[in-house]
Amino acid sequence: MNRNRIGYFFREGLGSIFSHGFMSFASVCVIVACLIIMGSFTLLVLNVNNMIKQWESENQVIAFVDEALTDEQAKALETQLESLENVTEAIFVSRDDALAKYLSSFDPDENDLFSDLEPTVLRHRYMVYLEDIEHMADTQIRLNEINGIAKVNAHLEISEGFVTVSRIVGLVSLSIILILLIVSMFIMANTIKLTTFDRKEEIAIMKMVGATNGFIRWPFVFEGLLLGLFGSLIAFLVQWGIYEVVVTQIGKSSAMQLIQALSFGKIALPLLGIFVATGFIVGIGGSLTVIRKYLKV
Amino acid sequence: MVRMTNVCKAYENGTKALKGITATIDDGEFVFLVGPSGSGKSTIIKLITGEIAPTVGSVIVNGYDMETIKPSQMPMLRRTLGVVFQDFRLIENKNVYDNVAFAMRVIGASSKEIKRRVPYVLELVGLDTRTRRKPEELSGGEQQRVAIARALVNNPRLIISDEPTGNLDPARSLEIMMLLDRINKLGTTVLVVTHEKELVNRFSKRVIAIDGGKVISDGMDGYYNYES
Repeated sequence: MNRNRIGYFFREGLGSIFSHGFMSFASVCVIVACLIIMGSFTLLVLNVNNMIKQWESENQVIAFVDEALTDEQAKALETQLESLENVTEAIFVSRDDALAKYLSSFDPDENDLFSDLEPTVLRHRYMVYLEDIEHMADTQIRLNEINGIAKVNAHLEISEGFVTVSRIVGLVSLSIILILLIVSMFIMANTIKLTTFDRKEEIAIMKMVGATNGFIRWPFVFEGLLLGLFGSLIAFLVQWGIYEVVVTQIGKSSAMQLIQALSFGKIALPLLGIFVATGFIVGIGGSLTVIRKYLKV
Repeated sequence: MVRMTNVCKAYENGTKALKGITATIDDGEFVFLVGPSGSGKSTIIKLITGEIAPTVGSVIVNGYDMETIKPSQMPMLRRTLGVVFQDFRLIENKNVYDNVAFAMRVIGASSKEIKRRVPYVLELVGLDTRTRRKPEELSGGEQQRVAIARALVNNPRLIISDEPTGNLDPARSLEIMMLLDRINKLGTTVLVVTHEKELVNRFSKRVIAIDGGKVISDGMDGYYNYES
């Protein structure tokens, strides 16, 4: 396709947007609305996943070292533990450190009650951090199989809870995103359908004078593309504003202090990518679906 | 050139529009195709322009066999044709110049070619002083001249005019017919579909009359003797 033709298609597409101003406005509004709803769910998923990741990272497995091992032998297990699949880090905690941490969980005034407590009542241990808590049960079995590990404590029910929540949020959001994508494309197709219906005489003339299907199709594709991209950029800016307001409100609320929202800067680029790609797909997909029907002359 | 050999056309609803039409229109001819409503005139035009295919028989238009033509060749066939309709079919939001230039643009003609050809064609049809007018600002006769200019601008081998004077008064009708005659004298084959007896009889041209899907007369006497 040479530059002149691209220029022609672009001008025709742009011209059609303005000559069908109301319909173009309606399409952009629909795209903006759908993208904002879709974007809100995407942001929800990203934030929930982020929170789950944070909670996951705090949900470590404790591997207790056999009492029969010397301090050196106990420390030597670190390499073996970290070589296991799904283990990201194994931090050695000596008996003394474990006792100090245990005591620190009580009121300092009550520490006298434990003053006679010897570190030997506790075992050396490893705080084992996992890459994916979904495989916590498997990792627990493998940890138990290591010589020198006496017992492994893992909160399987919590990990399963995280995984379930993560899956439900992901699935619901994905379904809603897909539905909205289809709805947007359907509405875009209808908008283009009205435009093409309005221009069916023009298309018939083009066919009659010998225009190829490609030549007829391209201005409509450009029109859909421009509407989609314009809608996606507006939606992105509106989404940004809404997100900042919501995050500010969450920050002010004492009831929601536990929620740590992602900063928009971190997710702006991927979100913009999703919006532009969706605008692109909806715009081009919508116009191609409709124009095909009018080309059968 | 158009060659139809034993052409039959039956529509999906069972209507038999054509029942064995055989006719040839040679390059450079001026032919009137006449007949009453429902006689099959429109079906013949649709067969020539490739909108429909014959059920039986062969239709060859400017070297393209309509039975075997590929969809990708259809635009090329249509570039050899210029079609003029009764209702003009102009684009309302484009001016005279752009309506004519549009037909060149959509087949990928360069701006240079468009700037050279469109003024020439508009002058030929007598509209060189009204290039910036919108169709609604023109009379019926002038609008039909724009439609003829549009049909002519891509230099087709055959101009098909479907009831070109159907919406015009007798004086304007005569002007249009004289314009088509002039175009024919410049070398373009012209096929005019009409049922205006007086107009046909004013020109000494070949007249093909059809009725009930059959050719009932084909003569060079230029006399429309069929009662519609």
